[in-house]
Amino acid sequence: MKIKMSGINKAFGGNPVLQNAGFELNDGEIHALMGENGAGKSTLMKILTGVYTKDAGEIFVDGNEVCYKNPQEAEKAGIVFIHQELNVLFDMTVEENMYLGKEIVNKFGVCDKAAMRAEVKKILDVLGVDIEPSEKMDMLSIGQQQMIEIAKALMVDAKVIIMDEPTAALTQKETEVLFKVVRSLKEKGVSIVYISHRMEEIFELCDRITILRDGQYIGTRLISETDMTEVVKMMIGREIGERYPERDVKTGDVVFNVEDLNCPGVFSNISFNVRAGEVLGVAGLMGAGRTEIMQSIFGNMPNVTGRVFIEGKEIHNKSPEQAMKNGIGFITEDRKTEGLMLEESIKRNISLTNLNRISKHGILNRKDENEMVKKGIEELHIRCTGPDHSCNELSGGNQQKVVFSKWIFTNPKVLILDEPTRGVDIGAKKEIYSIINDLAAQGVAIIMVSSELPEILGMSDRVMVINEGKIGGFIDRNEANQENVMILATGGQNNGN
Amino acid sequence: METKKVINKVQDLGALIALIALIIVISIISPQFRTLDNFMSLVRQSSINGFIAFGMTCVILTGGIDLSVGSTLALSTAFCAYFIKGGMPVGLAMILALLIGTGCGIISGLLVTKGRLQPFIATLITMTVFRGVTMIFMDGKPISGLGDSFLLKFVGKGNLFRIPFPVILFVAVFLIFLFVLQKTVFGRRIYATGSNATSAKLSGVNINKTKLITYAISGGMAALSGLILLSRLASAQPTLGDGYELDAIASVALGGTSMNGGRGRIWGTFVGVLIIAVLNNGLNILGVSSYYQSVVKGIVILIAVLSDRKR
Repeated sequence: MKIKMSGINKAFGGNPVLQNAGFELNDGEIHALMGENGAGKSTLMKILTGVYTKDAGEIFVDGNEVCYKNPQEAEKAGIVFIHQELNVLFDMTVEENMYLGKEIVNKFGVCDKAAMRAEVKKILDVLGVDIEPSEKMDMLSIGQQQMIEIAKALMVDAKVIIMDEPTAALTQKETEVLFKVVRSLKEKGVSIVYISHRMEEIFELCDRITILRDGQYIGTRLISETDMTEVVKMMIGREIGERYPERDVKTGDVVFNVEDLNCPGVFSNISFNVRAGEVLGVAGLMGAGRTEIMQSIFGNMPNVTGRVFIEGKEIHNKSPEQAMKNGIGFITEDRKTEGLMLEESIKRNISLTNLNRISKHGILNRKDENEMVKKGIEELHIRCTGPDHSCNELSGGNQQKVVFSKWIFTNPKVLILDEPTRGVDIGAKKEIYSIINDLAAQGVAIIMVSSELPEILGMSDRVMVINEGKIGGFIDRNEANQENVMILATGGQNNGN
Repeated sequence: METKKVINKVQDLGALIALIALIIVISIISPQFRTLDNFMSLVRQSSINGFIAFGMTCVILTGGIDLSVGSTLALSTAFCAYFIKGGMPVGLAMILALLIGTGCGIISGLLVTKGRLQPFIATLITMTVFRGVTMIFMDGKPISGLGDSFLLKFVGKGNLFRIPFPVILFVAVFLIFLFVLQKTVFGRRIYATGSNATSAKLSGVNINKTKLITYAISGGMAALSGLILLSRLASAQPTLGDGYELDAIASVALGGTSMNGGRGRIWGTFVGVLIIAVLNNGLNILGVSSYYQSVVKGIVILIAVLSDRKR
């Protein structure tokens, strides 16, 4: 099946996600789709399969213009999307999952188990995987569950299979099995769209590669005629404008040390330090283990070994409560589920981390509380009707400022920021950068995890790159650029560093 | 914005308006209902459900539920009666009963926090086990003949300034809960745990400790209810308090507290308790059969919860 998409535009709520994006797919090829987080890869594929409707552009399948209204229509035409979050029911068996909604029934409406089992066995044999059809889904490994998704695609006689980050949760062995299956599908004439961040896998598996950046089509290359450096350049080739406020960097002594932090199966051998007034950027791909490392430091992960020091004194953070007492603040990745009580007022949210500050013998002092909250709203320019404004009515940027305010009043020595500007508009981003710089100027040691490379480069004094749960390397501010960070993040080596 | 606020206020007061309407309607129909004596006895009666409902409110605010209150009441009362009959000073026996109730709550709380059982299941277990232990301990027979102690009589039947003592205690406990939930750090932690447990934990709240304490309070309050009952009945029964958890949960729901936790007010529960009491008392006086009473109570709860959902 040949697919041609061109001039695709798509905006969400006035916010353009795709602008003149495009993509071409040939018969029986494995085509990689690459780009930074938010470049529009998944959105483009969701438009192809009818999950979203396009605002503009054309889609041709085998020469005919098409516009699928929903994923079922696309599936009927032979295009199947396997999402990153697998669409399986864990309490049901393999065969029940595969025949969900299209069960074979006899004339009394009773399921014909034998017929379904035979069919499932046949498909699994074609794939060459050894899975028992009567096995419960949650007994399978993630790799095996992935195979079931592919088997489902084969059941509807798919001609094109789109895989979004299929190896993100797989082990090395499972990845090899997946590759074997993908290659055998290709030989049978099935085309694969392979969305991934992993450079090495793409160069091992794919025939061609298309790159998107900021929702735009950048180019397509034959894998045999390109290299990682060119691909990285195509992915990130934009200038960093004046988006990052200037600041004087005056770093002091080391205030925070992490020594040999390990968590089996998640990350290993993590050691680093941060100085007072320093912003340590933490870069890496999604799923590299950055968030888990930060959660461990904050006492919110089980089975972690290693040592953590503040101002030279060893501390033991068994819970966030202890971490907080030890002078660590943590602005989490997801403010809606982790950072805020969305239903509650600004006041109640800011107070929650500062209950000791505004109380005596466990009894709250309303006056102190109101003063603190007012100060927070003023200093961080939180746009609201007042302290009682409910957080779910605030914009993303203002919500994030409430979270910052929560932690600033705790006077942390170390402040961990996990994706501090995710889902925040450009204006508010700059305000948040200023807040971060102010905190650093006051001597707070800042650890900033971010998936936005320009943000890492624009804000950090030093960059720590995490690759698959290990430290890929450190790069100083003056030497850091998008290429060398990206190469470390995808598991490559920087020459001369 | 302003009209929205007014509407919210009116809905906040919904339960109170319903209570007043009920009182007015029943008062018009029945002269027996509208006497001061009847009101006093009504509130005294309601205090038994009230104490349990206050504890229940705290548990539900954290996102939990406590089904074991009825059994906890029976168990602590049984021990109290046993101690008194055995010659222990009544005051000491009562304190021990409160501690036993609190201990029962702590067991439920540990199952929820350390045992990671769902609150419904955890307290279903303790409800069953505590009732069984009570039956074993009493050998299925009531304990009576508790002697002539002034304190024992006063707790349930006494008056202070012509007001029944349980009523005074009811109002005092209400004020304490009001203070704790509105003005203390612990109160904030209860709300935060129910509003968003993940966020609360990451904001340094020990959510397990907070939950555990609410179950302990709930157990303690059930025991307090038991003491009032013990005093009024002058004996302990193995089936005492059976089904009390349902009236308490109904009161909390009537008062507008969300069963998902995080939202609700103790005065709402206070009003909810009174609504249940007015319904029980009023329908009795009006001679409505108990079969119909159940249906009416159910419908009133349905209306209250539906009107609450519109927010």
